[in-house]
Amino acid sequence: MKAPERYYDFQKDISGCGIFGVIHKKKGLIKGEIPIKAMACMHDRGNGLGGGFAAYGIYPDHADKYAFHLMCDDQAGLDAAEEVLKRYFTIHASEPIPTRRVLSVKNPPVVWRFFLSVKREKPQDLREVFDEKDYVVSVVMKINTGVPGAFVFSSGKNMGAFKGVGFPEDMAEFYRLDEYSAYIWTGHNRFPTNTPGWWGGAHPFTLLDWSIVHNGEISSYGINRRFLCEHSYICTLMTDTEVVAYLLDLLIRKHGLSKDLAAKVFAPPFWDEIARMSDEDKELYTTLRAVYGPAMLNGPFAILVADNTGLMGLNDRIKLRPLLVAEKDDMVFMSSEESAVRLVCPKLDSVWMPKAGEPVIVNLEA
Amino acid sequence: MLFQPINKNYHDYRIERDKDLCINCKVCIRQCAYEAHFWDEARQKVRHDNTKCVGCHRCEALCPTGALCIRLNESEFRPNACWRPIFMKNIYKQADTGGVLLAGMGSPVDIPVYWDNLLLDASQVTNPSIDPLREPMELKTFLGSKPDRVEFAAPAKGKKGKPKLTTKLAPQIELNYPIMFSAMSFGSINFNLHVAMARAATELGICYNTGEGGLHKSLYKYGKNTIVQVASGRFGVHAEYLNAGAGIEIKIGQGAKPGIGGHLPGEKINEKVSETRMIPVGSDAISPAPHHDIYSIEDLHQLIFALKEASRYRVPVSVKIAAVHNVAAIASGIVRAGADIVAIDGMRGGTGAAPAMIRDNVGIPIELAIAAVDQRLRDEGIRNRASIIAAGGTRCSADVVKAIALGADACYIGTAALLAVGCTLCGKCYTGKCPWGIATNDSKLSKRQNPDIAARKMANLIRAWGHEIEEMLGGMGLNSIESLRGNRDKLRAVGLSSTEMDILGVKHAGR
Repeated sequence: MKAPERYYDFQKDISGCGIFGVIHKKKGLIKGEIPIKAMACMHDRGNGLGGGFAAYGIYPDHADKYAFHLMCDDQAGLDAAEEVLKRYFTIHASEPIPTRRVLSVKNPPVVWRFFLSVKREKPQDLREVFDEKDYVVSVVMKINTGVPGAFVFSSGKNMGAFKGVGFPEDMAEFYRLDEYSAYIWTGHNRFPTNTPGWWGGAHPFTLLDWSIVHNGEISSYGINRRFLCEHSYICTLMTDTEVVAYLLDLLIRKHGLSKDLAAKVFAPPFWDEIARMSDEDKELYTTLRAVYGPAMLNGPFAILVADNTGLMGLNDRIKLRPLLVAEKDDMVFMSSEESAVRLVCPKLDSVWMPKAGEPVIVNLEA
Repeated sequence: MLFQPINKNYHDYRIERDKDLCINCKVCIRQCAYEAHFWDEARQKVRHDNTKCVGCHRCEALCPTGALCIRLNESEFRPNACWRPIFMKNIYKQADTGGVLLAGMGSPVDIPVYWDNLLLDASQVTNPSIDPLREPMELKTFLGSKPDRVEFAAPAKGKKGKPKLTTKLAPQIELNYPIMFSAMSFGSINFNLHVAMARAATELGICYNTGEGGLHKSLYKYGKNTIVQVASGRFGVHAEYLNAGAGIEIKIGQGAKPGIGGHLPGEKINEKVSETRMIPVGSDAISPAPHHDIYSIEDLHQLIFALKEASRYRVPVSVKIAAVHNVAAIASGIVRAGADIVAIDGMRGGTGAAPAMIRDNVGIPIELAIAAVDQRLRDEGIRNRASIIAAGGTRCSADVVKAIALGADACYIGTAALLAVGCTLCGKCYTGKCPWGIATNDSKLSKRQNPDIAARKMANLIRAWGHEIEEMLGGMGLNSIESLRGNRDKLRAVGLSSTEMDILGVKHAGR
């Protein structure tokens, strides 16, 4: 699509971070206190300007509904957003997200959740959007860019993001995450250097079922966002992580790449490695790099990507940010620091540092 | 000196000869192709005629005792902001000759050089800079059309295995550096330099462009690193030629002279040029202003596919245009017409000969053109269908980096390559008397260029720039050139208006 006027004139947020993820391959439920304790252990990786969690498998009663989490400046913002939702969706449930008052969490927004399904009779303006997921994304964009004071920060099925301004343990307290159990958890502690805290700017960043926690700075952001604009994704959130989410959506959902190949687009093998590959792989990776060069994520990063099928961890191709993987029975941990894993699970079957650019993909069984 | 014609009175240079140092060895006489130095039989010493000096500095460089110094003629007219000396001198010349003012090399006029107003970024603290001496740093570049997406066939039902790649990449030119030697025809520069460019390009793993003068048969062996050009004169174009290189370029225009053709004077057409261009010795080689089979974009479409047919779709086809006012729309049309590469030549691009009025007044700077074209192609969702090459006025590796950050895939360098072999930008290429042995086919002069040395210098230049580009990339926290391409966030402007920044798509420094 045509780039909006002055699309080049953007401010981007810069931050360092701590990340943690855990998955139970057999969908066994993991209590919220595990990721909370692990994130609290990495307290010093953030500065209190952003923390959050994503949890999968938390809404079994509404598993087939889109769970929208909204944060709104005030009741008027929520009302306006609800109007939009009513137009495009059937609302099956609408309730405040349970919270506690926490001293250190100042001026929290109104947080609300809706369980939605797409209306059979789509409104005129989105009637031509046949793909259901495209439809959902369009409505999310409509609210996030068109409804002042309202922001959808989670929109997947049987999953949810919980985030805001504060240390992750404060956010966990605020959202009462100790009361949830999930088969995948990711957590994030943020150290932004230049933005005033904005609740929507915290991680995890989500789109549909995708949730991403990210430690790093994407130096290729400038071209990534222009490439995404060509594919009709407009980056508005002033954060690197947004491009990761949109790129995953583009590469995996729209272009049909596997997670592994998408990881190879983000952190491609070097040309001298490609030169040593078999002819078949040489052609594959040359083609991938030639076509998706603008989607490469350059700069230091460690990311955890979760969706309803599993958890993936990935480093940049010269491993400029820490990422560790550990296994215990059916659980796999991914973390910035080993201490966080050891705290919640002292006896591990194995612990290793994945190689630069080599994705670690853990899929849920059945 | 009233007995001289008026234009001789106001010559540009003065030759200073240190009498104590000069040993009358006559080297300057032999070196000067313009006969500015001469032997005075009566006085038994070397003397000179300042009016003939073109300021090429050849004599100064070769004087064994360092007795010579070429200076601007200090003689000054009454200051006048409007009637600057160049305009006055031009009028004197034209009053004498009644002719069109000719000029060589890129335009020296004082239009903004936007490169100088763009500054690059570097990493500090929040992301680590990368040291290219310790970490891999990738400059490899592929020129050619890329598909919208990569497609795979899933493995057959019940079978395990990786999905199989079904996308076949269109033909690409693979470059080890995002830099190529620009089109300089055999004829406009001599054979020795074509040999040098071919060898340097081969050694470096880049390409050089033949220009419109055909390809001498002894250079076919460098075909993998050659882009063969097809221009309006169609000199030296035949089936074998079209299949000799790694790419074919249709030259529509040139930055130094948009909208007009070319003229290689008969004096430059020697045996070798004649056989390569397929024209008689001594005849003028005139390229018409338009291709007489391209009067519209649909004609270009036909020529692009005629050339693809002729080369059996083995190589990408490039279309080179001068940067003119509507360059973005034109480039879009060219991509839609099937070009795999669009080369854009800015108004500071070099030339062997161009009318001075055209060179100095027609076209737009390459920085604005690249920015506009890249943005337009992205807006239309066709940026991936063609690569963009920036040409015209690339002076250093930082210019290359800035061009790529604005959106170019690679840069063509012409003037810089000639400077590497000794050119001093005196701008008299059209005389055919280049004392440095570059823009001349006079065997006495052209032998001043040794192909081995010239190839080494050209290769050195690109390697040096390559190192610098790696340093700049690493400083920005990038380790691959594709993450810089179109990454305008790495640029900031200083001293530009908001309109200029809007066109360039960059923010002002400090923001």
